[in-house]
Amino acid sequence: MSELQQRQIQLEVLRYNPETDTAPRYQTYSVPCLEEWVVLDALNYIKDHLDPTLSYRWSCHMAVCGSCGMMVNGEPKLACKAFIHEYKEGQIKVEPMANFPIERDLVTSVEDFITKLASVKPYLIPKEDKPVSAGEFKQTPAELKKFKQYTLCINCMLCYAACPQYALVPEFLGPAAISMAHRYNQDSRDGGRDQRQEVIASDEGVWECSFVGACSEVCPKHVDPAGALQQIKVASTIDWYKEHLMPWMKK
Amino acid sequence: MAKSNKPIFWGLFAAGGTITAFVTPALVLITLFAAMRFNMDMFTYDSIHAFAAWWLGKLIIFGVILVSLWHAAHRLRVTVHDFGVRADKQVAIVVYSLAGLGTLLTLIFLLRI
Repeated sequence: MSELQQRQIQLEVLRYNPETDTAPRYQTYSVPCLEEWVVLDALNYIKDHLDPTLSYRWSCHMAVCGSCGMMVNGEPKLACKAFIHEYKEGQIKVEPMANFPIERDLVTSVEDFITKLASVKPYLIPKEDKPVSAGEFKQTPAELKKFKQYTLCINCMLCYAACPQYALVPEFLGPAAISMAHRYNQDSRDGGRDQRQEVIASDEGVWECSFVGACSEVCPKHVDPAGALQQIKVASTIDWYKEHLMPWMKK
Repeated sequence: MAKSNKPIFWGLFAAGGTITAFVTPALVLITLFAAMRFNMDMFTYDSIHAFAAWWLGKLIIFGVILVSLWHAAHRLRVTVHDFGVRADKQVAIVVYSLAGLGTLLTLIFLLRI
């Protein structure tokens, strides 16, 4: 690598150890970055060469595992997808994901999200009990298209870090959990929508969403959670009228 | 968890939003015409021409065309960016020049009436 492609970047990183520190602080590292690097490469450089005590999560380095979500210059990003060359100023601020408690430095606690995700039963609940011998559940390309984009969610939680509504109301079920429920609701093989609606159609479910749309803007996999939530609102409204005005229509 | 009763208000909000966006402005206009005891003479060439020849009429027409043109230019600039064309400066020069030309022509034509 030639010297020309290298740029000295000041990485301002939030440091915090809840066990010993009274408050978070910022530590600046000067990192010789190559232009094709991503922020994660810079963090790995710090960990390997400057400060082994820095804590952060990462695994795949290719926007598949969803581990390295953090705030880069105040925006929720995957550190492995935030290219250094997009930050012209030579100074990059790196903080843990907003709206989540800090466990250590850039590592946040994911418990709240995992509990919420599990509550929407994010798995296939078969419509009909079919023995294996009866063959596969067939789907047309059109049926697959209805839910495919929602399967792309990698549970990185960037949408929660971006959601101002989640920041105000921590009980809000949130974008990723609800769009994952939508993924199964839209699946022609699934019959679990009624069970999921008990959680989704509650006040803290989809109705806490005010359609800001930040979730869809920051989503690194283009899942468009905001779109899923809007579709769920329409379907839940139709449900409500069916349940209250035409109770005899109930399945 | 109890199901929410928000669908009552959200349903009204969503339906109202759709109606407001698509038909309310037209309904306001139609109602205005009705209140003015609409007849076809209001829209003859001569009456519209007389409106455009009146100084306040000129000002209103100029104002409406001016802001519509510059709105369209800016909207087009942002849309082109959304479509992935990363040449904002050049796009801005083209769309704003067109809006500027339109503004100038509007001014010339109005003053000639």
